[in-house]
Amino acid sequence: MDFGLSEEQGLLQDTVGQFLANENDPNQLRARFDAEEAHDPTFWKGQIELGLAGLLIPEPFGGAGLELLDAALVAETLGRAAAPGPFLGHTLAALALARGGSDAQKKTWLPKLATGDVTATVALAEGEGRWMPEQWELQASGSLTGQKHHLPSGAAADLIVVGTAGGGLAIVESAAAGVRLEPYPGADRTRRLDTLHLEGAAFEALPEAGAAEALRDAGLVLLAADAFGGASRCVEMSVEYAKTREQFGVTIGHFQALKHQLANMALEVEPSRGLFWYAAHAFDHAPEDTARMAAVAKAHLTDRFMAVARDAVEAHGGIGYTWECDVQIWFKRAMFDRTWLGTPGFHRERAASHW
Amino acid sequence: MDLSYGPEYDAFREEVRSFLSSHWPPKGKEAEQDFLAQAIHFRRTAIEAGYLARAIPKAYGGSEQASDPLKAQIIREELGRAKAPGDPGGIGTMMLVPTLLEKGEEWQKQKFVPGTVLGELSWCQGYSEPGSGSDLASLKTRGELDGDEWVINGQKIWTSGAVHADYMFCLVRTEPDAGKHAGISYLLIDMKQEGIDVRPLRQMNGSAHFNEVFLTDVRTPKDWIVGQRGEGWIVSRTTLKHERNSIGNASMVEATFKGLVRLARESKIDGRPAIEDPAIRQRLATIEGYVQAHKYSGFRQLTHQLRGEDAGLIGLMNKLHSTNINQEVSKLAFDLIGDDAMLDPEGGGGLMGVAPKGAEGWINLFMSSLGVAIAGGTANIQRNVIGERGLGLPRDAYAQQSR
Ligand SMILES: Cc1cc2nc3c(=O)[nH]c(=O)nc-3n(C[C@H](O)[C@H](O)[C@H](O)COP(=O)(O)OP(=O)(O)OC[C@H]3O[C@@H](n4cnc5c(N)ncnc54)[C@H](O)[C@@H]3O)c2cc1C
Repeated sequence: MDFGLSEEQGLLQDTVGQFLANENDPNQLRARFDAEEAHDPTFWKGQIELGLAGLLIPEPFGGAGLELLDAALVAETLGRAAAPGPFLGHTLAALALARGGSDAQKKTWLPKLATGDVTATVALAEGEGRWMPEQWELQASGSLTGQKHHLPSGAAADLIVVGTAGGGLAIVESAAAGVRLEPYPGADRTRRLDTLHLEGAAFEALPEAGAAEALRDAGLVLLAADAFGGASRCVEMSVEYAKTREQFGVTIGHFQALKHQLANMALEVEPSRGLFWYAAHAFDHAPEDTARMAAVAKAHLTDRFMAVARDAVEAHGGIGYTWECDVQIWFKRAMFDRTWLGTPGFHRERAASHW
Repeated sequence: MDLSYGPEYDAFREEVRSFLSSHWPPKGKEAEQDFLAQAIHFRRTAIEAGYLARAIPKAYGGSEQASDPLKAQIIREELGRAKAPGDPGGIGTMMLVPTLLEKGEEWQKQKFVPGTVLGELSWCQGYSEPGSGSDLASLKTRGELDGDEWVINGQKIWTSGAVHADYMFCLVRTEPDAGKHAGISYLLIDMKQEGIDVRPLRQMNGSAHFNEVFLTDVRTPKDWIVGQRGEGWIVSRTTLKHERNSIGNASMVEATFKGLVRLARESKIDGRPAIEDPAIRQRLATIEGYVQAHKYSGFRQLTHQLRGEDAGLIGLMNKLHSTNINQEVSKLAFDLIGDDAMLDPEGGGGLMGVAPKGAEGWINLFMSSLGVAIAGGTANIQRNVIGERGLGLPRDAYAQQSR
């Protein structure tokens, strides 16, 4: 019985954390957040060199062959740093190909995804909150025509895994005829969103069943992990500020009202670390718990993240309400984590169906 | 990460099961005794087998087993399954025994520990006073040495179980000229003597579990002091170093939540099962998020313990997290029981680890969840601890001034 991280997992988090401390310091993060360009290829290249593009790709195809818990720990670390880039969409697309692809498709694409020669993303939502495989209506016959919403990091993507009617998956190349991406004015500038317009676009279906559900559950877990990392950082920033900002002649952390607000924020976050760990662990080891725990973790953690991000703004006073203050970066990351793949309320309803 | 227990522990579980199947429930003549007598008899056997009083040396009536949180967890699970008595749950085993083992005199350990771990001796905790609750160190009950005896005068309040207790462990001001904290001693007192006047206090749920205790010229031998004179504050803060029950607490929370889901299934809103009502489902599922977080947080802490690591911040949060959850659970239950939410709970105290039964049971939790939130350090005091010790924020200015 061991419900803890292995040494390798600790090392993985440290390595990614160290990389981000060097390559995504507050100035760099700020520049990427404010940038016109949606994608920073150099920064993504650094992540690829660390192996982050191939975490869930099986070893025979050049990936690390790791489990979802490992990817979730990376997502936590990226979330803590509000790191910009295509990690989320790329990781999910790679997982979908590894689970759903034919041998030929896997051979063609997985090695390139693992080396980052090809960057991928996923196209799931069809509007009005329809994110789930059973809600997709895009017809996959002959060619693809229709719209998909909220693709993460579409500007970076060469390859798109598209959800199709009946819970199917297909791959489409961004450069192909009839494929057009239109930027969506999203608030989270660390993971820019696009709308996908398909007009008679060529596609290849992924033949193996169950890949869309795996993509959904893994996505929910990665968002929960990102939210845990981001929420922890919101608490940390607020506590740091309370130890330095002075009013009435003392640091504001002396005031019990604020101290208790900070304690409540920490209490909202820290006890749920094990929740995303277990949801990720269940994905590979406890199929009976996978769907339910992914839903519980996503609903709980992304809600907590949004709540402590709001609290963090208040804890910073006027400066917290400015564009200049970094808290807003996490606040907007929380907006993404909360809504992408379906709201907390939606996933609570799904979790409730398991009682 | 590996959530299986492994073959060694599976074998241990089998061993515990077969022990239980031959020793509980009691058979023959024993089955006719009252429950306490049955429990004491069972504990004796279970201690001999190494299943109870595991952290207690053999010299003091324990089974002196190497610390093994997993085995402890398996024993708890199996005892629970068989509905057999575990280590006595009271304040005696939880607080007094570890304190004596660490700070007590040899004769004190021999005299008091064996009976306590069997459940033969029961204790009450005389800390709080009318003027000293959260600010416990301001306590005023006096103790003066008269020859070979302490003479104690004052009043304690909220003293749980004082009516039945054989002894009290008590904080008393013995050094009036020393500072606030340095003037306190930790004394043991025989409750069955003149001068002790226990007056039950009726709780809001109707039961009378806690009491006022008036002490008038109460006497206790000079050497019934734990630690030195003036060290009582430090002695009372002795950390509990025995196998901490973080998972036990989590499984209790989970059991109560399952009871709540059952209640939602059985209750009706507009003629339909309440569990089908979207608003109820959302509230239930929101609570489930906290319950699952609490559960896996318990798993995490168990692993830290197994690895000999400090759990850090999370270790300071268990009480507040679980009392918050219990309060949310009881509030939703209150909504589910409809018109019955006007019922008197009839003092029905719930059983630890078992979900409340019937409307009265849930109303009792609606009230008793507040008692638990106050007892042993209020929610605000917990927030102070999390903020100061956990997050490193400055200490409370008033608390520091009143030294
Ligand atoms: C069911 C139950 C069983 C109990 N059993 C025992 C027992 O067996 N033995 C025993 O000795 N005691 C026992 N107690 C007493 C318990 O420990 C005290 O009630 C508790 O410590 C609070 O003290 P108080 O009641 O004086 O409240 P107060 O300390 O007066 O608190 C009143 C309010 O003020 C707040 N407050 C106080 N100080 C601060 C601060 N510094 N910062 C912010 N807020 C503050 C509190 O949070 C609370 O909301 C029991 C209590 C209950 C409810």
